[in-house]
Amino acid sequence: MTDSTLVRSLHYLLHILTALLLPPLLPGLINKVKAVAAGRQGPPVLQLYYDLAKLARKRAVFSSTTTWVFLAGPVAVVAAGLVASLLVPFGHSPSPVNFEGDMILFAYLFGLARFATVVSALDTGSSFEGMGAAREVTFSVLTEPALFLGFAALAKASGSLSLSGMLASPGFAITRATGPFILVLAGWMIVFLTENSRIPVDDPNTHLELTMIHEVMVLDHSGRPLALVLYGASLKLLVLGALIVGPLLPRTSDPWLDWAGFYAAMGLLAVAVGLVESATARFRMNRVPQFLVAGLLATAFAFFLLQA
Amino acid sequence: MILFALSAFLVAVSGVPGLFLHTGGGKASAWLLGLGALAGLAAAGLVLCGNAPPSVALHSTPLGTMGLLRLDPIGAFFLVPVLLLSTCDAVFALGYWGDQHESARRLRLLFGITTAFMVLLVAASHALTFLLAWEGMAVTAFFLVIAEDRDPETRRAGWIYLVSTHSGTLCLFAAFGLAATGNFLFLPWTPGLAGTTRGTAAFLLFLVGFGLKAGIFPLHFWLPPAHAAAPSHVSSLMSGILIKMGILGLVRLLCLVPDPPLWWGALLVALGALSGLLGVAFALAQHDLKRLLAYHSIENIGIILLGLGLGTLGKSTGHPVIQLLGFAGALLHVLNHSLFKGLLFLGAGSVVMATGSRDIERAGGLARAIPFTAGAFLAGSWAICGLPPLNGFVSEWLIYLAAFHGLAFAHSAWPVLALGALAMIGALAAACFAKVFGVVFLGQPRTPQAAGAVESPRSMLVPMGVLAACCAALGVAPVAVAPALARAAGAAAGLPGPASLGSLAHFGILTAIALPMLAAAALAWAWSRKGSVPRAALPTWDCGYAAASPRIQYTASSFADGLVSAMRYVLLPQVRWLRVRGLFPSPRSYRSHVPDPVLDRVAEPSLGFAARGLAALHFFQSGQLPLYLLYILITLVALLVWMVA
Repeated sequence: MTDSTLVRSLHYLLHILTALLLPPLLPGLINKVKAVAAGRQGPPVLQLYYDLAKLARKRAVFSSTTTWVFLAGPVAVVAAGLVASLLVPFGHSPSPVNFEGDMILFAYLFGLARFATVVSALDTGSSFEGMGAAREVTFSVLTEPALFLGFAALAKASGSLSLSGMLASPGFAITRATGPFILVLAGWMIVFLTENSRIPVDDPNTHLELTMIHEVMVLDHSGRPLALVLYGASLKLLVLGALIVGPLLPRTSDPWLDWAGFYAAMGLLAVAVGLVESATARFRMNRVPQFLVAGLLATAFAFFLLQA
Repeated sequence: MILFALSAFLVAVSGVPGLFLHTGGGKASAWLLGLGALAGLAAAGLVLCGNAPPSVALHSTPLGTMGLLRLDPIGAFFLVPVLLLSTCDAVFALGYWGDQHESARRLRLLFGITTAFMVLLVAASHALTFLLAWEGMAVTAFFLVIAEDRDPETRRAGWIYLVSTHSGTLCLFAAFGLAATGNFLFLPWTPGLAGTTRGTAAFLLFLVGFGLKAGIFPLHFWLPPAHAAAPSHVSSLMSGILIKMGILGLVRLLCLVPDPPLWWGALLVALGALSGLLGVAFALAQHDLKRLLAYHSIENIGIILLGLGLGTLGKSTGHPVIQLLGFAGALLHVLNHSLFKGLLFLGAGSVVMATGSRDIERAGGLARAIPFTAGAFLAGSWAICGLPPLNGFVSEWLIYLAAFHGLAFAHSAWPVLALGALAMIGALAAACFAKVFGVVFLGQPRTPQAAGAVESPRSMLVPMGVLAACCAALGVAPVAVAPALARAAGAAAGLPGPASLGSLAHFGILTAIALPMLAAAALAWAWSRKGSVPRAALPTWDCGYAAASPRIQYTASSFADGLVSAMRYVLLPQVRWLRVRGLFPSPRSYRSHVPDPVLDRVAEPSLGFAARGLAALHFFQSGQLPLYLLYILITLVALLVWMVA
């Protein structure tokens, strides 16, 4: 008995360490893939770690318009992201915290992070940041129901009301739930790209403030607060990514092999995002809602297929 | 029961000393209300903790031995927000509506009486006491709304409120008549009655009567003008608890019906989704701070209805889990909404007092001038968006859980509708409150009035602080109210035996999650505070544009424009816009307004038409006394003939 408790705590430890240390690798991978696809050498894969270390040593500058709310944004993003990382299973090892209804808390933690970022952006009084904030909340109105309808479909298919049960891999057997399952993942991929401000919804590398969404909201942050913002964004990439890759992984007999599979899958997801960004341009801003509605429809349709 | 009676008495007379005192009437009324609230909370606590059986008062053999007043767990659960919020409002009024207002004395007296009627209403267990308390509450609240009756807009709002509340009461009279079985006590319906035409008619009449009070879409139309026109502490009382009396009525009805047909729950869910989505959508398009908050009350009534509807669906289909979770979520949201909406209206009152305007476009940068109000308003916004770890999340979580459990139904269309609606409402509410908080409190002041704002006196800040603390406490440690909630929800759902809410919803884990989150936030805060440059006179980076002025900030209209124009086929905004033309354009203007769909487009035109038709009856109302005496004589003669014949 003590043996299995020890193993479980080792798994939890690995889970927490993964959430703390792995995230900055993902943007590095994406950027490397984009650079290679464009025929450039690109920054090192570990670039974000270097950036964070540099920012941690820099002094932050605050605009005279801002109040304490400005700092609360990045802080809430990181706190909410870390707690959300405890709820989602990484691969097949169950998450450290799971209970009935944890997916609702999971979704609302990202809601909290979004609210804090938006309010923090409005604190600067800059109209560019206001624009980005308005776009962020507008798009979330379509991504939030898509996320929840996906949960509804998976809850219906798996009979579980907890992330760890819902995202357990159905394996490779073709069942009635396979079709809906693919639809849910397709819908969630759209949610993933939107929430993480990736192409085709938002371009993390754009340099024109008028067209940005996430990047423009954090324009005024510097020093350690900016480090929190960057880390929080990469954490979101990992946590929402785990939501998508988890169910796709085949289950092996060895739990440690499952971990290796999870890391490989996250790497593949980063490569896929990099390839999407190399191959497509971003949508015009007024086309984005149509893309999001497609995600909403996919998850809703998945639910109706299960219902039939 | 003695505690309850004491509470009702103290609350009712709280405004009386102020009539005779030269100064200090406000303090006397706040003290009396506070004492009454303590007594009432003790009574409610005894009932909710299970140490006291439902206590009964006013026995009367001809009317029924159950008593006319009966403080059961449902009533006790509603009593808590009634007393808590009204005390906070009375303290707030000390600074907000002091003796310099000519209506201060009258308002204090009526405030106490309105609250006392609500105290009686929650315990009413007979149609007679219920309707008496209901009418008393509705009529005294009318006088609270028209406190500033010199303003024609206020008189119009009061008039609309009075017409709608009386229409509702009329429906209730008919409904009680239809539902009565022998006597008018609140007794369970006979099985099978709900399925008959009579049961259906009674249900629909109850729904209209209670819905008019609660503000269910499309019966909500009186709410935005009345909440905007009333003094802020009155808006807080009305939005926080008065409209919840409609929900109380619905809960009382639903707990008495043993076999509600499936379509009852479905109708409630559909109305909940409609109210929730349209309430928040119209809120997004508002510029008036208090009208905006009023539309959010409609949204939250929608969320409560979703819970009630899911609970009723569970009852119809025999799923006690969904039944319990739905009712528990709805009841907890009643409590939560009264806390955070009461807080937000008080915050709005503080803003109005500081800037002299309800227009959010004229505010800005108030977080520097009035930091405590800003902090309290942020807590309220956070809670109303349902974001963890504040209380709004807990009740929405319970309703979500009910909906997720409902997916196992054969007909899971309604739970999934509830799910989608809740998710979209949550995102829209966050958008709306980001807009309000950002535009009112953040950035730079847009007008000189906003720049010169002064923080409210302590008597206004303390009630806000208390309400914000309650929001935080209920959010971090919901387990504290879990037993009381389980008892009330079990009674509302009509479940026999003690309700096992704790095994369905793991409240403890929410605390266990909230604490590390707060710790992580504190760590990150401390870490990022270190090594920052002290705030120098450095402007915000505006992409190299050096002459930034407060006027180029993003406004509330621009912030909401994306969503409002996406929903333009629903909201039907009226925009007047002169396009900018030429190399040296002359000043141009932009004006947008979103009228209420029911009041401005349907109710007023049709009622105006009816009023013109009824004007024909003026013929009989000549104003001459002899004629009226003649009418009386004719009536008497007619009655005599009818009785003899």
